[in-house]
Amino acid sequence: MQITSQTFKANTVKALADIDLQRALGNVEKGFIGKRQKAVDKLPEFDALRDNAVAIKTHTLKHLDLYIEAYIAKVEASGGKVHFAEDADHARRIFLDIAKKRGAKTVTKGKTMISEEIGLNDFLEENGMVPVETDLGEYIIQLRGEHPSHIIAPAVHINRDQVEADFRRVHVDLDPERDLTAPETLLAEARGILRQRYGEADIGVTGANFLIAETGTSVIVTNEGNGDLTQLLGKCHVVLASIEKMVPTLNDASQILRVLARSATGQEASVYTTFSTGPKREADPDGPEEYHVILLDNGRSNMLGTEFEEMLRCIRCGACMNHCPVYHAVGGHSYGWVYPGPMGAVLTPSLIGVDKAGNLPNASTFCGRCESVCPMRIPLPKMMRHWREKEFESHLQPKAARTGLGLWAYFAKRPKLYRLAVSFAMPALKLIAGPKRRFRSLPLAGGWTKWRDLPAPEGRTFMQAYTQSKGVSR
Amino acid sequence: MSGSTKDAVLSRIRRANGARPNDEERQRAVEARLQGRPLGVVPARGQLPSAERVALFVVMAEAANATVAQIGSMAELPGEVARYLRERNLPATLKMGADRRLSEADFSATAIEVTQGASEGDDLNSLSHAEAGIAETGTLVLTSGPDNPTSLNFLPENHIVVIQADTIEGAMEAVFERLRERHGGTLPRTVNTITGPSRSADIEQTLLLGAHGPKALHIVVLDRTAAPMQ
Repeated sequence: MQITSQTFKANTVKALADIDLQRALGNVEKGFIGKRQKAVDKLPEFDALRDNAVAIKTHTLKHLDLYIEAYIAKVEASGGKVHFAEDADHARRIFLDIAKKRGAKTVTKGKTMISEEIGLNDFLEENGMVPVETDLGEYIIQLRGEHPSHIIAPAVHINRDQVEADFRRVHVDLDPERDLTAPETLLAEARGILRQRYGEADIGVTGANFLIAETGTSVIVTNEGNGDLTQLLGKCHVVLASIEKMVPTLNDASQILRVLARSATGQEASVYTTFSTGPKREADPDGPEEYHVILLDNGRSNMLGTEFEEMLRCIRCGACMNHCPVYHAVGGHSYGWVYPGPMGAVLTPSLIGVDKAGNLPNASTFCGRCESVCPMRIPLPKMMRHWREKEFESHLQPKAARTGLGLWAYFAKRPKLYRLAVSFAMPALKLIAGPKRRFRSLPLAGGWTKWRDLPAPEGRTFMQAYTQSKGVSR
Repeated sequence: MSGSTKDAVLSRIRRANGARPNDEERQRAVEARLQGRPLGVVPARGQLPSAERVALFVVMAEAANATVAQIGSMAELPGEVARYLRERNLPATLKMGADRRLSEADFSATAIEVTQGASEGDDLNSLSHAEAGIAETGTLVLTSGPDNPTSLNFLPENHIVVIQADTIEGAMEAVFERLRERHGGTLPRTVNTITGPSRSADIEQTLLLGAHGPKALHIVVLDRTAAPMQ
């Protein structure tokens, strides 16, 4: 998929002016925040579970090589196969190899972000295959030729009316006079159409919320049931997963599942949590003939042992973006790649480079809501700050920003000089502002004064007021 | 094919963690966790005595939009299924697997047309037998195989599941222990945990029941202790 993180600023200007998008984004705040809080309030052990979830992932990452080896042995013992992929291109080639051996034409897909990360759909089409997204949200955006704007609600940027228009445009075999006013009818129509596709699939692709070393099992957590139909009715099940999805045991997965569902959708438990181990067994009347896991690194092993290691604890619940004022304002597409919101602002520079994604960690007010709701207690603001430092060190910002920061730093590091300069600047600004006591425009402050007046400074400086109120002198 | 990639990835992970190959201390830590399988934090709600478990299971399952009925013996099952189908104006058909526990139920006295096997997608109603239940969340646990084909859990519009009251555990961890005992360290191809009928909120975050899986989930709790004295 085309990366547009470089033009983040331009993307946001477009997003802010997009009336349909702004209307749809209202559903994020309405739909997620209250539900999560209610679910959290109902479980007194929620914070203890968070702590244990963090401990499990930290332990796993410290021993990840060994758990991966244990996992592989179990997958192979159950008749499945694990393929290592260094990067996106490698993962696509592995997939093509599996597909060619089966002569695959149709590929059904449950929701998987790794598929987005490796750009699988475009690649399948280029190679003469038909990818069919089966998650309702993914299906809608596939019809629109778009990408997900949210990691658990891929079509959250779209309104009901737009879905109706898309269905009428694409489902031309159906009665044009049909009534699609109620959302239920849209769901029923998608259900009917996708029902025919599952069984035609040569390959069913899913992601994985967890890989379990104890049993060699992949786990998907869903509500619709499409992921299950995809992996059950396709002749071959291919799991796309990244290396940090590993957990040691079924018990460990149970701990994290408790915080995942509540943080994501505010459910006590998702409708379907499905544990898959190998291909169908001898006596099984249904199930896939082959089971493959493509295990993707794509830069993750390089995050281990760095200041970004904790990001590998992420379980992709989406709580950080659901609570992010920046995400609420500009939506997921503005971030320009697969992972939006605060987790994307940290992960994207790690995976595609800070040169391309340096804008993202800057798009934060550091209000800290993301960290406060993160079930895995990932210090997202701290890591965004690390990226800002790296961006500065690599001279990636515009010259004006660097000069300005340099100038400010010169004064900030010399408190006496700073206070002296301010004691001159304040009365001067007050004088220039005149009786209105505010500025309609001011050099270097156009970003502010374009939308509102800047109040002129009045009275004493902060330090003067502070010193007097404390009755101390320094 | 990707053997060299595997080595490259694993050695990068080792290096980042400052580990040498064949580091015995690390191997012991991993072995201990895989064997010991620490429980972690099991919520108080998931540790109720068995008498209270069934009640919590029912409350939680209903909160997840499932319907629940109780029977005292397998002989009552056909009547309960017939009642359910009739009250919902559903056709008197039923698809089920080869589970012996279900064959104790004699459907010949009802008008229900029962067929056996996996679903091809044209069955409206299916009947399964759950392996276990989870009181904490009102969750059913079903395992794949000829007894209860996985397709019966997802393709029919109305899924009826029988669960024996004494298999309702407090929490998921206890269910896994049950599965380990039964399947000896591995799992069946598929273990489905199911909490209510399928749903989607992908259109404007409005919750709709009956997405790609069943539109209705009916749970029949078989509690033999509640059966009338013979």
